[in-house]
Parts: sequence; C-alpha cells; structure tokens
Amino acid sequence: MSRVIDADTRKPRSSSAATRTPRAGGAQRESLVSRSVAMLIMVIFTLYFLIPIWWLLVASTKSRGDLFTTNPLWFSELNFWDNMVALLTYDDGIYLRWIVNSIGYAGVGALVATILAGMCGYALAKYRFRGREVLFNVVLGGVLVPATALALPLFLLFSQVQLTNTFWAVFLPSIVSPFGVYLARVFAEASVPDELLEAARLDGAGEVRTYFTVSIRLMVPALITIFLFQFVGIWNNFFLPLIMLRSEELFPVTYGLYAWNSTINQFPELRSFVLIGALLSIIPLIVTFLLLQRYWRTGLGTGALK
Amino acid sequence: MTAQTATEALITPKGAKAGRRPSTRNKAKVQHKGAILFFTAPFIILFVLFYLVPIAIAIWQSLLVVEREGTFGEATEVFGGLTQYILVFQNEAFWTSVGRVLLFGIVQVPVMLGLALLFALLLDSPLLRGKKFFRLAFFVPYAVPGVIAAIMWGFLYSPNLSPFTVLTGNIDFLSAELVLWAIANVVTWVFVGYNMLIIYSALLAIPTDIYEAARLDGAGQMRIAWSIKIPLVRPSLVLTAILSIIGTLQLLAEPQVFRSFSSAVTSTYTPNMTIYATSAIPNVSLAAAFSVVLALATFILSFTFLRITRRKADA
Repeated sequence: MSRVIDADTRKPRSSSAATRTPRAGGAQRESLVSRSVAMLIMVIFTLYFLIPIWWLLVASTKSRGDLFTTNPLWFSELNFWDNMVALLTYDDGIYLRWIVNSIGYAGVGALVATILAGMCGYALAKYRFRGREVLFNVVLGGVLVPATALALPLFLLFSQVQLTNTFWAVFLPSIVSPFGVYLARVFAEASVPDELLEAARLDGAGEVRTYFTVSIRLMVPALITIFLFQFVGIWNNFFLPLIMLRSEELFPVTYGLYAWNSTINQFPELRSFVLIGALLSIIPLIVTFLLLQRYWRTGLGTGALK
Repeated sequence: MTAQTATEALITPKGAKAGRRPSTRNKAKVQHKGAILFFTAPFIILFVLFYLVPIAIAIWQSLLVVEREGTFGEATEVFGGLTQYILVFQNEAFWTSVGRVLLFGIVQVPVMLGLALLFALLLDSPLLRGKKFFRLAFFVPYAVPGVIAAIMWGFLYSPNLSPFTVLTGNIDFLSAELVLWAIANVVTWVFVGYNMLIIYSALLAIPTDIYEAARLDGAGQMRIAWSIKIPLVRPSLVLTAILSIIGTLQLLAEPQVFRSFSSAVTSTYTPNMTIYATSAIPNVSLAAAFSVVLALATFILSFTFLRITRRKADA
C-alpha cells in the first residue's frame, strides 16, 4: 500500500501547491455550484434507472384495454390481482412451473456450487500439496471463460449422452463455480487462522470435521457472496437453456417469458402476461439483492483486487 | 493443454498415496491427503466434466465433416482437418456479426464505463447527499436479467405502449440504423450500476489521508479526482473494461429478444446468434468451429487490451 501512496502524492503536490491557497473563499462557492450539478446528474440518472421498472409496475396493474389508452406512468383502474390470477392459471399454471424450475436451477444449483467451491477454495488456502498452484491457475482460467462460450460445447457433450432437454442439462453445468473457488481461497487465507486449525488438531478433531464445525463459520460472508453471484449467473444464463431445452415444462422463467414474448404477434393476450410475469420474476431478485447488499459489496471488492 | 494440467492436479493426491516409496520424502510435506482429496475432488471432477471435456469435444467436433455416400446415402462424420475453419473464414454473415459487436463495443463500453466512473467518483466525493439511496437505485437494474430488461425496453421503444411517445413517435428506435444502439442502451442500463460498484469499492479502499494532503496543498475535488483517484482505481477500470469486452463479444440474450420487436435483427445478428442458428440447422461442426474462433478472438482481444494498458502503466 505504501508504494501506491508514494506514487500519487507526487503528482498533485508539484502542480497545485501555491496557486490555490488564496482562493479558499472561491472554493466554497464553487462547491455550491458543483454540489447542485452533482445532485442534478444523480437525480436525472435515478429517473433513467428507475422509470422502466416503475413503468413495468404500473403496466402490470392495468387491464389490457387500459394498457394502450391510459397514462403509461400512472395507475388507472387497479387490475393487479386479476392479472396475477390470469397469469398463474394460464396454460395449467405453466408460469408457476417455470418459477419452480428457476428456483431449482438457480437456487439449488447455486447452493451446491457454493458448498463445492467453498471446500475446494478452503483446501487450496489451508493445505500444501503437489499440483496446488496448477489447480489454482486452471481455476483462474475457468473464471475467464464466459458462460455463453460454454453453451454450445456443453450441448455437444450432453447430446453425446442423450441428456439434452432434461433438467440435468441445465442443472449440472450450473454447480461448477471457478469464481467461487477463487473467492473462497482468497477469503479462507485471510480469515481462517492456522493456529485455530492446529488447536483443533491437538484436540483430536478430524480435518473434515474441523472444516464443517469451525472453519465454515468463519467463511460465511464469502459463502453468501459466492451463492449470490452464482445464483445471478445461473438465473441470467440464457444461452444454455435456449440451446438445451425444447419442452416448455423444463424452462426457467426467463426463457419462458422470452418464448411468450416471441409469439406476442400471434397471441396478443400474452402481452399482459409477459409484463406481470416479468415483474413477479424480478421482485424476489431485487429484494434479495437489497437485503444482502453487505455481502455482494464484499464480493465486488475482492473481485476488483485481482 | 489445460486438460492435461487439470488431470495432473486431479491425480496428484491419489498418486502420492499409491507410490509409497518415493513419497516417504514428501510425507512430512503432504499431510491430510484424505481430507485434501475429500475437499477438492468433487469440484475438480465436475470442473473437468463440465469445463474441460466440453471444450475438448467442441474442438474435436470442429474438425469433423459430414460425408454422404451418394445423394441419399447415410451421413457419416469423418475427420476433415481444418475444413470447417476455412468455411468459417469464408462465412460473410459471421464476420459481419463480429464487426457489428466490435462497433457496439467501441461505443458502448467507453460510454458505460465513463458513466460508471463518473457516478463512482460522485458517490465518493463530499458533494452528494443521500448516497446510499443513489447507490441502491443505480444498482437495481443489475438484478434484472438481460432477457427481462430487453423485453421491458422493447415495449418502451415501441410507439404504441411507450410512455415517451414524443420520442418514440418521431424516432424509430427499432429501425435497422438505430436498433443496435437501442440494444446498447439496454446493456448500459443493466450494467452501469454493477461497474460503478466495482470502481466505488476500489475508491473506498484508498486511504483518506492522501486527500488530506492534497487538500492542504489546495487541490479541489476535480483535481483530486483527476490526479489521485482515477490513477489509483486504474486496476478496477481495466478489470471492468475486460469483463465488458468479453460480455460484448458474447452478446446474445438482448438481441435475441429484440428479434420479436424489430425485423432488422436477423438470426445472425451477433456471433453467438450465428452459432445458435448454425447449431439449429443442424450443422454442429461449423457451429463448433465458430465457437472456437469466437473464444480465441475473445481471449486475444482481452489479452491485447491487458497488454496495452500494462505498457501504458509502466511508461
């Protein structure tokens, strides 16, 4: 850290030392102007970021007729409940099925991925063994491979064993998280002290037991972060279900809504289902993000260090 | 190559157990072999199965060609060397789509990262009130999956549903000329907040006494941002830029959704859409060759970018 500080105190000092001091009063006034400009920028962009979501919320409360005839940014007759019932009962409740599928792919998938990545990252941090660096470098290489680039190769693999268009075709690839291993290693190195492991060994506890009773507790913040990022990654992965799945009843909710949206021109009644379906599918994500913000911020910080 | 090293890593703990005599020397070093194996084996096996094996299969598949005995004979796959790669380089639609995403990236990535940097600096400056609110509001779109964001914006662009009829009535955002930038706006909307937070976490890590020193020297906020903060968050800027370049080349969900809003978006609009369309024909060997070329292009581009920024930093 000291190196960084040295490097940067150099630049500003040489250029601005003498000139600014007499303008202390001016700086105060300038900051009032810049304060307003800063606030203005942020307010404008807040509208940019939130209006689409607000519009979606308003649109999903409207009947099909009102959608085109009333102010798009304000409520008219509230029809939210009817819309929701219509959505949930449409086509034998296929929408609920998609939500359940998404929870299976993303929720269970991320959970398993977190457990496996946590164990592997912990071993990489706390034990010395041959091939450790090689393994870590291969994992780092895996972090750089984007999920979309793997979709076609995975499709080729699963068609070899006739498993395309099954739950497993989307689930199994989702439980591997190289980024999780990386994060778990970095975190375990910093937060699980060797002395603690030595003490557990002296008490006669086995390595695996020590991990699951002691170490894992110290790694909870990292594990939650891994879970969140993997969850979002699976939930957002569109290419994999697109290329793997043909049967509607296996779709995750994003793919289902995409399929509905693609046929809107033939079936206009699907439009209101797409709107309210989209809203219902993002609310849990937004709420989870807001509740767990402490954790993803740690994750972003760690990711940025490298 | 990577496959080899990974299997090496996979068998190492096992190998140490099996070869008793040579391992006596290492015994003091490699302890807890069973535990290590228990911790690492599940991940390694799955990583090999769902990362390395598929990549190997894709490379192998890209080297095959389909041959038929006679016009109606049974199709068989035979080794064809680099035949598919020659077809890739002759495929105009593919290279048009590569050019399109490059153009997209050259404009969208700097705009997005410029905004992200601006917001991060404002959040880090003493100029704002309600920082927590802004931080959350800007990050909310990241929780919206790309597919859903594209559907939402698709409706917002369409003249009859949009709340911005003044705009959408006069400008056709879904026309052939503008739809690429309409998609760029969707991607920007989703990812600005995410990139802002990466840069912002880097800003928070800078010790504040540096600013004290600069302020004593009479430096204003702009000066501090330009001369201290931006150089110090350079690594995060490089990281976000590389992630964005990779994301741009892999663009798929947003344009795929836009096909139902705009006829200007063809089935080969981006490289990944070309890959999908080719695999659906089905011409899996050509699709695999496209995939390999795209992966290599992605790798080369991010690596070159890293090199250039490193060299600049050293100079």
